[in-house]
Amino acid sequence: MPNQILDVGAKVVIKKPQLNVLIDSLQASGYQTIGPRVRDNAVTYAPIETLEDLPRGYDSEQARGEYRLIRADHQRYFDAAPGSDSWKKFRFPPSSLLFEAFRENGRWRTNLPAEKAPQYAFIGVRPCDLAAIRVQDRVFMRQDFVDPIYKAHREKILILAVSCTHPNSTCFCTSMGTGPKASSGFDLNFTELEDVFLVEVGSEKGANVLQPLELDHAIAYRLQLAETALQKAERSIQRHIENIEQVPELLHNNLEHPLWDEVGSHCLSCTNCTQVCPTCFCWDVEDLNDLSGDKTRRERIWDSCFNPSYSYIAGGNTRPTTKSRYRQWLTHKLSTWVNQFGESGCVGCGRCITWCPAKIDITADIKKFQEATA
Amino acid sequence: MKPSIPVPAAAHQEDYLLSPYWAEIKEIVPETVDTTTFWLELTDRELQDSYKFAAGQFNMLYLPGYGEAALSLSSDPEKPKRIGHTIRFVGNVTHAIRRLRVGQTLGLRGPFGTAWPIEAYEGNDVAIAAGGIGLAPLRPVIYHIINHRQDYGNVTILYGARTPSDLLYTSEYAVWEANGIQVMTTVDRADESWQGQVGVVPMLFYRCRFDNQKTIVFSCGPEIMMRFVVFEGLARRISTDRIYLSLERNMKCGQGFCGHCQYGPYFICKDGPVYRFDQLEPYFNLEDL
Repeated sequence: MPNQILDVGAKVVIKKPQLNVLIDSLQASGYQTIGPRVRDNAVTYAPIETLEDLPRGYDSEQARGEYRLIRADHQRYFDAAPGSDSWKKFRFPPSSLLFEAFRENGRWRTNLPAEKAPQYAFIGVRPCDLAAIRVQDRVFMRQDFVDPIYKAHREKILILAVSCTHPNSTCFCTSMGTGPKASSGFDLNFTELEDVFLVEVGSEKGANVLQPLELDHAIAYRLQLAETALQKAERSIQRHIENIEQVPELLHNNLEHPLWDEVGSHCLSCTNCTQVCPTCFCWDVEDLNDLSGDKTRRERIWDSCFNPSYSYIAGGNTRPTTKSRYRQWLTHKLSTWVNQFGESGCVGCGRCITWCPAKIDITADIKKFQEATA
Repeated sequence: MKPSIPVPAAAHQEDYLLSPYWAEIKEIVPETVDTTTFWLELTDRELQDSYKFAAGQFNMLYLPGYGEAALSLSSDPEKPKRIGHTIRFVGNVTHAIRRLRVGQTLGLRGPFGTAWPIEAYEGNDVAIAAGGIGLAPLRPVIYHIINHRQDYGNVTILYGARTPSDLLYTSEYAVWEANGIQVMTTVDRADESWQGQVGVVPMLFYRCRFDNQKTIVFSCGPEIMMRFVVFEGLARRISTDRIYLSLERNMKCGQGFCGHCQYGPYFICKDGPVYRFDQLEPYFNLEDL
C-alpha cells in the first residue's frame, strides 16, 4: 500500500514491530517518547526507547486499596493498567519554576525561566486518561485565561492513544462516558490485537507520523476483532455510578446531609486520591530562598484540597475538618466541576479507589447518597 | 449568575502572569496599631499608565522569600497610578510587609476579581456596612461616591471595629461627612474616651431608615457580621439582588486555576470577591464549605 497521507478517520493496520519504526522516527523528529514501563512492580509512564521497554505480557489487577502487576501468558503490550502514575505530570509538572527573584540595593528584579517545554509523544494513552487531558485543558486553557506553563507543554504533545481492551475492577469509565473506546482527542488511536495494531487516524499530525511505517489495509475481520474486544471490555466493567447526570444536583442539594459524617469519617486526609487523580489541578506556590535572603526561586507545586494549609487564611482554616475536606473533594469532582468547566471532573479511571489506603470508593459513596435520598 | 460588572483585567501579558511586577513604596501611613496604608507606584513607567482597577478588586502583593497575599485595593480607582493598600498585619506575608520602608520594592500582580457595581446604581441610596479591615475594600467606593456625589442619593457608612483605636480612616470621616455621607460607627469594646455606640455593626441598621426600593447594600467584614447585615437588610425588605458582599478565602493564583479559594461552585478570586447575595444564598450559611 503506497503511503499517501491518510485522512482523519482512516483506519490501517501495522505489524507490532512497526511501532519501533514509529518510535525511532518520532525521536528523530525531536519527540521525547513516553510510554508505559514497569517500575517497582507497577506500570508507570516514563521515557521509552523501543518496543521492548513496554510492559509486554503483563496484566494488572486492582481493587479498593490494591494494585498488582501479574505476569500473563500473552504477548500484548498494553493490557496492564497504570498504577498510581498518570500523564498529568508531563503536562502539569509536579513542580515548575515560575521565576527567580534577586535583590540588589533593596530593590527586587525578576528573571523568567528560559527553559522551553519538551516535546512529548505520549504512547499508550487510555481513553480515561485521554478524557482527563481534555478535562485539564478546560481548566488551564480557558477562554478568559490561559496558563502559560500548561499551554507550553500541552500544545507540543502528540497523543497516541490505545483502546482499553482490559479494564480493571476499579474502572468505571462507562459511567463517566469516557471509555473503554477512545472516540476523539488523539492524533492516533491503537487497538491492540494478538499480532497487529489497528490504527485510527485522529488528526493530520497523526497521519503525518504514520508516513514512514509499513501500513496494511484494515480488513473487516480485524475491525470486527477490535470491535468485539471493546464490547467485551465494556461488559467486563463492574463498577458504576448510576444516573450520573443527576449526581451534580444530588450533591449540591445535600451539602448538609448527615451521611457526610459517615463517609467523611473513613477519610484519612492523606491526599493520595488527589495526587493520583489525572484531573486534579490544584497547586501551591513556594519560595526557595538562599541563605542571604537576596535570592529566591519561586516554584509551583501540586497541592491537595486535603492539606490543612489548603484553605488556611489569616485567622484560621475554613475547612478545619477531614469531613469538610472530603465533602469539598467529592462535590468538586462530581458536582461543582460541572458548574466551573462544563463537564465532570471525574473520568472514571478508578485510581482514587485503588490508591486509597482507607479503601474509600467514590462510586460506593455516591450510591449511599442516592439510597439515602431516594 | 455573575453580576455583569465590567472590571479591568490583570494588566499582565499572558507569559508573565505568574510573575509579579515590582512596585516601589512611596508613602507609609499608619492607620491603627496593627494596620497601615502603603502607597505604591509601579516601577515600570509604561505599566503605571496602563494599570487600571475597579473598586473592590484586589492585588496579589509579593515579598520574595515570604510569599504572596491577596490584598484589596483601598485607593481611588480614578487615580490608579497611586496604588493604595490598607494592610492589617496578621499573617506571614503581611508581617514581613510591615518591616518595609519607603523606597523599597515589593511584587504586585493584578488587579483581580469582581468589583462593587457602584456605577450601575447611580441615582440610588448606598449603605456601606463594614467591619474592621473590611472597610479597606470599600474605601474605593467612598472615593467614587465623593468624586460623583451628585449621582447618588443618601449614602450611609455603618462601620464597626473591636475598639475605638481599631477604627480605620478616622481622620477622613470629616471629609466624608462634608460630602453629605452619614458616618455611623460602633465598637465592640469602648474605652474611657469613647462616647459613641457600643455593639455590632448590624445593630446600626436600627438607627437608620432605608428606602428598600432605592437602597443598595455593600458589605465587607467577618462572615458572621455579614450574615447579620444580610438579615437586617432582608428584614427591611431590601431584596437579595441589592445586597453585595465581599468574601475572603485563601488565594494563590488570582485566576481561578489553583483551586484554593473555592466556595461551592465559585472561585472567589475570579467569580468574586464581590458577590450579589442571591449568588451566595445556597452556600452562605453552610459550615466549613
